[in-house]
This record gives sequence, C-alpha cells and structure tokens, in this order.
Amino acid sequence: MTDTHGHHHEDEHAHPQLGFWRKYVFSTDHKVIGIQYLITAMAMAVIGGTLSLLMRLQLGWPHGSFPFLASLMPKAFDSQGHMDAGFYLSLVTMHGTIMVFFLFTAVLTGGFGNFLIPLQIGARDMAFPFLNALSYWIFLLSCVVIFSALLVEGGAPLGGWTAYAPLSALPDAGPGQGTGMTLWITAIALFTASGLMGGLNYITTILTMRTKGLSMMRLPLTQWSLLITAVLGLLAFPVLLAAAILLVFDRVGGTSFFIPGGIILGGKLIEHTGGHPLLWQHLFWFFGHPEVYIVILPAMGIASDILATFCRKPIFSYKMMVYAMAAISGLSFIVWGHHMFVSGMSPFLGSVFTITTLLIAVPSAVKTFNWLGTVWGARIQFTSAGLFSIGFISLFVSGGLSGIFLGTSAADIQLQDTYFVVAHFHLVMAIAPLFAAYAGLYYWFPKMFGRFMNETAGKIHFWASFVGVYCVFFPMHILGIGGQMRRIYDPLNYAFLQPQQVLNVFVSISAFFLASAQIVFLVNFFVSIWAGKRVTENNPWKATTLEWETPCPTGHGNFGPELPVVHRWAFDYSPPGATEDFLPQTAPAVPAARQH
Amino acid sequence: MADGRGPGRITTSGVAFAVSMAILIVVSLWMFVAKPWWFPTLSSVHGADIDAVFTAVLIVTGIAFVVTQAMLGYFVARYGASGNEKADYWHDNPKAEFFLLTGTALILVVLVFMGQRVWLKYYFDPLPENAITIQVTAQQFQWQFHYAGPDGKFGRTDLTLVDGTNQVGLDEKDEASKDDVVSTSEMHIPVNRPIIVRLRSKDVIHSFFLPNQRVKQDAVPGLAIEVPFTPTVAGNFELACAELCGAQHYKMKGLVTVDASEEEFNNWLKAKLSERTGD
Repeated sequence: MTDTHGHHHEDEHAHPQLGFWRKYVFSTDHKVIGIQYLITAMAMAVIGGTLSLLMRLQLGWPHGSFPFLASLMPKAFDSQGHMDAGFYLSLVTMHGTIMVFFLFTAVLTGGFGNFLIPLQIGARDMAFPFLNALSYWIFLLSCVVIFSALLVEGGAPLGGWTAYAPLSALPDAGPGQGTGMTLWITAIALFTASGLMGGLNYITTILTMRTKGLSMMRLPLTQWSLLITAVLGLLAFPVLLAAAILLVFDRVGGTSFFIPGGIILGGKLIEHTGGHPLLWQHLFWFFGHPEVYIVILPAMGIASDILATFCRKPIFSYKMMVYAMAAISGLSFIVWGHHMFVSGMSPFLGSVFTITTLLIAVPSAVKTFNWLGTVWGARIQFTSAGLFSIGFISLFVSGGLSGIFLGTSAADIQLQDTYFVVAHFHLVMAIAPLFAAYAGLYYWFPKMFGRFMNETAGKIHFWASFVGVYCVFFPMHILGIGGQMRRIYDPLNYAFLQPQQVLNVFVSISAFFLASAQIVFLVNFFVSIWAGKRVTENNPWKATTLEWETPCPTGHGNFGPELPVVHRWAFDYSPPGATEDFLPQTAPAVPAARQH
Repeated sequence: MADGRGPGRITTSGVAFAVSMAILIVVSLWMFVAKPWWFPTLSSVHGADIDAVFTAVLIVTGIAFVVTQAMLGYFVARYGASGNEKADYWHDNPKAEFFLLTGTALILVVLVFMGQRVWLKYYFDPLPENAITIQVTAQQFQWQFHYAGPDGKFGRTDLTLVDGTNQVGLDEKDEASKDDVVSTSEMHIPVNRPIIVRLRSKDVIHSFFLPNQRVKQDAVPGLAIEVPFTPTVAGNFELACAELCGAQHYKMKGLVTVDASEEEFNNWLKAKLSERTGD
C-alpha cells in the first residue's frame, strides 16, 4: 500500500493543478466527497425538518386554517386553508424517509466516514477513490429522486417510511401510492446501491490501509464504529434492496409476494393471490433494525472520541466500548420482530424477540457506564463540540430507557404505534445522533475548512437545542401513554385524546423554537466557511488522533512525504509525567506514561 | 501541567448543565408520579396485568434514569477544566464493569420474566368457553362487526357477494345467517363477559386498538386473528385504527358500547336484527 501511495503522492506533484470541477465537484478526494455528503445531507435535513414543522402545525392546531401555506401549496390545502389528510401522511412518509436515510445514514457514514477514515488511520485516501465518488453521485441522484416524489401528480407516498405492504404494493390504495411510491422505491434502491459501495470501501480501507503501528486496538472509537457500521450495512442493505425489488414486481409485474388473495379495494376484488403481507415486515425490519444501529453506532464512536478530547481524560474501558459495539451490532440482526409484536406474527416469536431485545440493553448500559466513567474525574473544556457530546449521553440514556418498555412485549401491546414509540426512536436514533453529528461538525470544522465555527453561536445553538429537544420529545411519551396513535392527521377526532391536546400544542411550539435554533447553526456553519476565525495550528483542540497531524484544511494526499507512525492508543489524555495533558498517537514512547 | 487528583473547577456551563439535569429529573418525576396525563381508564381484566408490567418497567427504568442523569449532571458541574491541572488518568476497572454488567443483566432477566408471564397468559391461556365471538372486518376506512346471533353460528360469507350494502359478503341463503347481525362502526358487548374478536382485513393492514381495554392487534388481509378480552366497565368507548391504512386513516374510528347487562346487549342485537330483516 505504501508503494501505491508513494506513487499517488508523486502523481499529485506531477499534476498539482486540478481545475475547479475536478477539485471541488467531480473529485475523488475522500475529504471533498465527505464534505459533499455533509452539505447534501444538510440540505436534505432542511427539507425533512421543514416537513416535520408542517406536521407539527397540523398536530398542534388540527382544525387550523393556514391560508398563507395554502396559497403556496394549493393542492395540499383546501379552499379554507385546511391541510389535506393525504398530504399530511405524505409529510409523515417523506420526513421519516429523508431523515433516516438521506440525513442520518448519509451524514454519519457518508459524511464523517469519508472525511475521517483515511485521516484517522494515516492513509492518503480510500482504497477505491473512484467507487467512493460514484457512491456520492448515486446518493445525490437518490436525493433528487426522493425529492421529486413531492412534486409529482398524486404527491408523495403516504404509507410511512416503513412502506408496509399491501398499502405500498397496491398503486390504487391511495393518492401517492402510484408514481410517488414508484419514485420512493427507486430512490431507496439507489440509496442502497450507494451505501453498499461506501461500505465496501470503508471496510477495505480500515482493514488494509492503517499506517505503521496502528493496530486495531489502537484505533479511535470513531473508526471502530464506522467499521462495524459498514459491516452492518453490507449485511442489511441487500435485504432492503431485495424487498424493494419484490415490491416492484408486485406493483408492476403481477406477482404476489406481499399481496394475499381476496383483497377488495374500491369495491373490486384484486387479482393477486397467495402472498403474505408480513413477509414485507420481516424483510423490512431485518434491514430496519440494523439500520437503527447504522445510525447510532457512528454517533457513539464520534461522541466517545470527542467526549474524551474535551474531558481531557481517556475513554473509560476502551476494550469494553469496542466489544459493546460489536455485541450491539451482532444482536441487531436478531431483534427485528420487536417491531411486530402485535402484527399477527406468532406470539411464540414475540417471546423470543423480547429476550433478544432486552439483551441489547446490556451492552448499551455498558456504554453508558463507560461514558459516565469518562466524565468522572475529568477536566472538562466546555467547547460547543464538548457540550454536544455530553448532551448526547443524556439523550441516549433518555431514549434508550424507553426502549425497555417497548421491548417488553406485554407493555408494547398498549404502546405499539403510539407516540411513546415516536418519542423513543426520535430521542435514541435521531436526536442523540444529531447531537453527535453536531459535536463532530464543530470539532472537525477546522480540519475541513481551516477556520473555526463561532463558539458563542455554537453555545447558543447547544443550549437552545438541548432544551428544545427535551421539550419536543419528552412530552411525546405522555401523549403515547395517553394513547395517541402515530401518523394521525387529527387527534381531536378521538374524544379520549382531546384532554391531552394541550401537550400537542406545547410540543408544536417547542418544535418551532427548536427549528429556529438550527438556523443559528446553519448561519454559523456557512458564514464560518468564509469568515470564521482562521486556524493557525494543526491541532487546535490538542487531540491525540492522526487527523490532527495534518494542516487545517488538509491538502490532497493528507500527509506529507512520510506517513505518520503510531506509537500509542488514541486516548492518552492527561498521562502522568507528560508535560502537556495529552500525547498524540505519533508521540514516541515516554517512560512515565502508561503504554498501550 | 500538574497531574490531576484534586477537584476540578466549578464552571458556569457545568452548573448550567447540572441545573438542566435537575429540572429534567423533577419534571419527569412529576409527569410519571403525579400523572397529570395518563393511560385511558383501565376497563378490562388482562389490562390490569399490562399496566402492572408497565409500572414495574417504569420503576426500574425510572431509577436508572434518575441515577444516570443525576450522575452526569454532577460530574459535569464538578469536573470543569482549571487550565493548570490534568484530569485523572484511569481508564479501566474490570471489577466494576463486571458487577455493573451482571447487575444490569439480572435486572433485565427479572423484567423479561415479569413481562413474559403476562404475555404468555394473554396469548396462550385457553380461550374461555362462554365467550362471545365477534367477526371484525377492517376496511378503508371503517369497521364491520359480524355477530352470530342466537344460534351461535356464523352464516357463510363469500367475497364475491360483497357489495355496498353487504360489506362482509354474508350469504343470505345460508340457514345460519338468518339471525346474524352485521353492524358498521358500532360494536356492542356485554360487561364482564369474555369476548373474542376474530379480526380480518379486506384490503390493507389496519390495527384494532381499544385504548381503555388495552387491546391492540393488527388486522392483516389473508389472516384471521383471534383477540380475547373481558371488558370490566360499562359505558361508551372508542375503537381506533392504530396502523396507517391510507389517506383517511384518522377517520377510521369505531364506537364501542359496553352494555351494563346481557339483557341490554341482547336487546341491541334484536333491534339490529329487525333493522336488517325489516321485521
């Protein structure tokens, strides 16, 4: 590999002047691709977030009239300015799809994965740079396709991000289930292909291109998490792709994988026969549960590394952190049935899946203890990145614990498909990862752009977001306990939900507050690219890992003529005897410091 | 920089974080202990078991929640950087890890057993002999309730007979269907009598959700799924569809009347039957 890279590096010297298009647009440089992923995903987040605000508007004031929005989107509102019920459900579908795939999966693995893997393992680029670029461009195409579903006749699909059959398999089952659903399937298939290309690349790169001295057990936790995530993706994405292809066959090819006989739709007997709707759920969740960890694991890795940096203290029990992530990912393949306790699946399976699901709580608890152990006795620097990594712990705990209710099949009978579920998964697999992603953005921004983000704005962003997310998502547990169903356009239609409507109003107002705090971030991010305070050193945060051996921003080829050599683990913060409170991984042996 | 062992510096950010954790704990305790909003009133026999499991999990997770968030808040407030002193350098404690790991596992094993006792009882106890079976058919966006009537036998149903006036495709020629009652969106059941809902769907997946009775079961096209429950409180309740089933999903509501006596229930059946036969 060194030879290839030496060659690569000479190449760079031979052709130092790449044009604007090759350098910033059709680049094969992992850092450019990583930033492309980040910015594309941020655009998708703005879309997905806006959709959720429209949902909150409807849920807070179900009988409200919104003439201004009606004038912007005449098809989505009636003449009195009331939102269309089908449009509300397309918001539900698109918000979920965009956030799970096109924001979180893309930001954490596509964005941070691409940017960080070669930098943190001391390599000059990914193993397959072209494949990497291809993965981004296919991802971008999938973003365009999913967005176009909002614009076509009939609108976006209304079956939710889980696209349960036969609702998803029958184009006549509702508006949006025709062209909109076809576009949805196409986008998901493209996304899956892009994810597979990325995953293959990450695994190869981390396993084969680590620099001298960087053994697996010296990897930063971010790298471990990205490696494990890539393996999960490689095993889970093909199942979704296969299910999507079967769904296409059912829709256009006359097959009946997911459609049983005897369906009467619009008064007419459908010709399909012999399929099983639960097959879709099994395939979807066989992918879908590992997908949850495809989002949360990189978040755990990133948050752990940043937490240690700003605690100025080694991560507590590094080995257990690695084993816990491996255990979580292994278990993630045998818990999918907990999404299906009341689906009509055999109750025997319900028992099995309860046991496997609650097992996941053990490695998750290990991780929580270890984060607490890291903060205990620390010397915390309250940077924006540090605050977001601490916030991550609190949110992961809050969101994780509610999973125990839902994993307990007996309690899930009442809670399934209510806002309790919405509260749980938003906190644990959306908001906690969002906080980790924010920590990562504040932390690696100098490495990406050679400038700092504004710290004051960053802290305003943190505090407003931290208060905001709890105000939005905590009351949702109570709404769910009260029985409010998910994906309900008008909760006031049910008398038993009316007394708690005040909570819906509170959540909606908090959501608008939370969204405005994100504007602070967006302005800070884009203004800082051009006008942020310049970074004058390689390692402004005094961190240990290899990316901080390179200039800010890092040039093509990452490292100088010689690749760095690693002498220690990634967490030598505050080692006794050292003059500074950290030793970079490249620092040669110091007798007084403990070795790893 | 000096090696650390002493206390860190107490910082504004750290204290602010600890205060937010304190507020979080107090507000959640208020919400979950004072219960200003809570489950819909319990109105079924097995529902009491489900609520008990919920409470057990709530106590365990509640303690874990308060302890972890409080520890996090305290550490963050207590261990701020002073600028001239290092953090502690320790990063392993296999003994503590072992105890915490086994402890968590043990608590979870207990929770699994508590939950499974209720789950297995609900799904695997033999169905009561004297139960009334009601065939419930879900369709976009309403519920059909089919009663066997006094003879206790359901009339034959046939999909090819389904039309706007005969939503379940009841074969009028079948002898057993003469006293059958089919009701749209309105279900009556007598109080304290075991009920078995035989759940089907005509089109997409729906979910039969009785919030007060703690009943939830998806209605899947192609399957007939039996759901038992015994209502304990007479009155009017709502039936909701809990699985997204199409554009008008939110309107898929049913009204459930739990009659205070068998007599009232039978009177309703009789009235419904005469509506149908025109007697």
